[in-house]
Amino acid sequence: MIDHVALLPAYLAAGTAILVFLADILVGRRGAVLSCGALGALATAAVAAWLGTRADRSTFCVDGAGCSYVVDDTAALLAVLFALLTLGVLAFSAGVLREGELPSGEYCFLLACSMTGGVVLAHAGDLITLIVALETLTLPLYVLVGLRRRVLESAEGAVTFFIVSVVATAVTLLGAALLYAATGAVHFDRLAAALDAAPGGGPTGRLIAASVVLVIAGLAFKVAAVPFHAWAPAAYDGAPVPVAAYLSTASKLGGVVAILYVTVDALQPRLDVAGPALAVLALLTMTVGNLVALRQRRMVRLLAWSSVAQAGYILAPLGAFTVASGRADIGLAVTATVAYTVFYVLMELAAFGAVVALRPADADGGEIADYRGAARRSPWIAGAFVLALVGLAGLPPGLAGLFAKVAIVRSLLGGGAGWLAVAVALNAVIGLAYYVRVAAQLFAPAPAAETRARVHWAAAAALAVATVVAVVIGFAPQLVLDVAAS
Amino acid sequence: MMLVALLAVPALGAVLVALLPARLDRPARALGTVVAAAAFAVSVALGLDRGPLLPAAGQALTPWQQYKVSWVPGLNLDFHLGVDGISYPLVVLTTLLTLLCCVYSMWTVPGDGARGRLLVALLLVIEVGILGTFLALDLVLFFVFFEVVLLPMYAVIAGWGGEDRRRAARKFVLYTLFGSVLLLVGVFVVVSAAGTADLVTLSATGGGGMARATQLAAFILFAVAFAVKSPLWPLHTWLPDAHTEAPTVGSVILAGVLLKMGTYGLIRVAIGVAPEGAVAVAPVLGVLAVAAILVGSLVCLAQSELKRLIAYSSVGHMGFVLLGIATLSTVGLQAALIGNIAHGIITGLLFFLAGAIKDRTHTGLLAELGGLRETAPGLAGVLGFAAIASLGLPGLAGFWGEAFAVVASLQRGGTLWTVLGVLAAVGGALTAAYFMRLLRRVTHGPAAPAVATTAAPRLSTYELVSWAPLVVLALAVGLLPALVLGLSADPVTALLAEVSP
Repeated sequence: MIDHVALLPAYLAAGTAILVFLADILVGRRGAVLSCGALGALATAAVAAWLGTRADRSTFCVDGAGCSYVVDDTAALLAVLFALLTLGVLAFSAGVLREGELPSGEYCFLLACSMTGGVVLAHAGDLITLIVALETLTLPLYVLVGLRRRVLESAEGAVTFFIVSVVATAVTLLGAALLYAATGAVHFDRLAAALDAAPGGGPTGRLIAASVVLVIAGLAFKVAAVPFHAWAPAAYDGAPVPVAAYLSTASKLGGVVAILYVTVDALQPRLDVAGPALAVLALLTMTVGNLVALRQRRMVRLLAWSSVAQAGYILAPLGAFTVASGRADIGLAVTATVAYTVFYVLMELAAFGAVVALRPADADGGEIADYRGAARRSPWIAGAFVLALVGLAGLPPGLAGLFAKVAIVRSLLGGGAGWLAVAVALNAVIGLAYYVRVAAQLFAPAPAAETRARVHWAAAAALAVATVVAVVIGFAPQLVLDVAAS
Repeated sequence: MMLVALLAVPALGAVLVALLPARLDRPARALGTVVAAAAFAVSVALGLDRGPLLPAAGQALTPWQQYKVSWVPGLNLDFHLGVDGISYPLVVLTTLLTLLCCVYSMWTVPGDGARGRLLVALLLVIEVGILGTFLALDLVLFFVFFEVVLLPMYAVIAGWGGEDRRRAARKFVLYTLFGSVLLLVGVFVVVSAAGTADLVTLSATGGGGMARATQLAAFILFAVAFAVKSPLWPLHTWLPDAHTEAPTVGSVILAGVLLKMGTYGLIRVAIGVAPEGAVAVAPVLGVLAVAAILVGSLVCLAQSELKRLIAYSSVGHMGFVLLGIATLSTVGLQAALIGNIAHGIITGLLFFLAGAIKDRTHTGLLAELGGLRETAPGLAGVLGFAAIASLGLPGLAGFWGEAFAVVASLQRGGTLWTVLGVLAAVGGALTAAYFMRLLRRVTHGPAAPAVATTAAPRLSTYELVSWAPLVVLALAVGLLPALVLGLSADPVTALLAEVSP
């Protein structure tokens, strides 16, 4: 018996893609295509949120093995996030699509496909669904990254991204297959039970240990964790700026969700293997990301490296939880991870929105020096940009970012990983060094009187909404923490 | 409610001032001054209702008034404000100095002056952060306000500072962020171990029953965090650069009250929450404090730039404050508190004067100054007064803190503290020496070319208005130290009852 109500968000997301496709063929006007995409994303978000307020549901269940598709509060929150991020990116894209350089129909269709992957991923209950959903999320992005015609960097970025990502998927699949070989389970609950019962040593134990590491390493590619990060800056910088925004928010969210589900729901009994690896991964990711970001001269590359570093903060609580001995409650780590991710995607979206709004519609992210004097030309957009950057650095007035850092440090110390807390703290100092450099550039006097780039109203509106939401949850972070804790 | 008003007034004022258009720059600055005056009035009114005069038995921290609502329970964060005899003098000092800086900025703003309203708005935001730090009775809230100050101060230095302002501002912000992230870690070490972030609860139970090792770790983290802010040698190197490059009002706020966040935090948070850690680390703190006094004074003796000299003198003066704290005795803490206030008043005044001199002569090099009393006797007179107050002449504000820090150290007894007390006294003598050198170089002798050609030798009205309160206070606190000590005596005794060395 299939529960079609539970599947509604996924239906709507997939329907959006088809609708956009048809609108492009039948109407063929940019406005119609964009509106279809936006309305579809909005409807998906609304229905997912509505389902989240109802009792938990699940479908595609196998007797005694669990369900492949689960609707609970976390799933609803993440599905809403995926849909809203897509909506935001569509709004940012309005300007660049108006220039006519990119094909609107294909662009929106691919974005809607990716959203479908995200929505299904949020509800995934077994390893196969999870990996297929993650691939559905990523696959359209290879094309989107390479969509800029006659731009070498765009093609280069797309190819790098494609190859690295395919290898990563293969690694994850291998891990999943070995896990299946060792335990005979793919459903998270069943897998956890089987791992709990499986022997720690011997050939089976070693096989399980190897497969856990393979699964996590493959997923680490998706969040661009060091040492699997090298694709990110090239792909971000080559892509159209709104697609880079999508990569660093929705796509990264996908990776985080996958790691979260796999480690917490499925691999928890074997976290003594995965844990130290995750902790070291987190430490390396934040440190390398921040240090390399210090030297970047191009805006999108800087944001790309900073988002690598942010992935380190996101992974830290999970790693710390599993390193520390005598812990009682993984809930603290999960709450911190989800809360940080929510705060992070919001501020990252705002930062990229500001980049879109500050640059001419057909331009790429440009050099950081190109942003000189932006505060004089467009004070409001520059203000939003500074707020987003300061939030990413984790300082007031970006209160959302401050509380995000506080949540991470709190969960690390609660989990008994003081050294990782100190590492996060020191990394925040390195991070500030480059965020503040960018912010200072905005206020530096411009070399010549430049004309203000025209901003598409949709991009401006999306930026305004993201900024206002960031300010509101900065003052009321408990809203996010409550949802993340449930 | 008055506590909330004290934060809300400058916060709303800052938003309002910043939103006014550029053509209303001057009225906006005036509005900012009115807001600062209102905040000052609220802070004075706050002192009229002191609640129970004696601390409750067994209670290390008895606020006169408090205000508490839950803010983010998921992060142990309550919006819990309160004021007592330890924080109140600092609160008034903050509102007063901000008001004086706003008055000063009504007439003169560095640079083209077109963005004066933003400077005033930033000063008000900084005021909110500092007041919040002094008022917070919740550890996490304390941390949040501690951070609020950071970027506005960066913007003040980077936006209105001297030639090398960007580097100095970056150094300031990175150093102090380093301190405050350690504070964050320390706060959650305490919260994880004790299960609460409430300062009243934590200090009432001498650390909320935390194990000695935890207290030690927490205290060390707090001590480093506050040592960067205070600043304590050898973590002081951001201070001279920041002071030299900051605009006059930035320097005044920085020296006058921003540094006090560190010493206040050490007393209220570090000692209050981790008393056992404090007892263990106190000798180290004492040694570093005396090193700061000696290093600060010696550097000042060789210093050739006016603002840099005053900045380094701050290192020395804060060394006395930290020495007082390190003794963990009633006399020492009292000395630290009055030393805090005195340093805020006097160094605030000194930076105003240094700014005025640099504005007139366009140089801060001692070698190019000289004979100020020939051309500008008024300015030279006030400078002489401030310098003498700063070197600790009995009867002026600077005397009490420094003298009694030495006394407290000698009272502690034992070889270490006796040696520290003697060395600190030597540092006090060096302080007198370098201020005399400063006066000889700047005010005496024949008028140097830069001084002789000064445009406006007389003190202008706004200078008189913004300096007079500081001059009066330097005298008042010097003659009537009970103004400060009367308020803080009981809370300090109650606090130290929890610390049993």
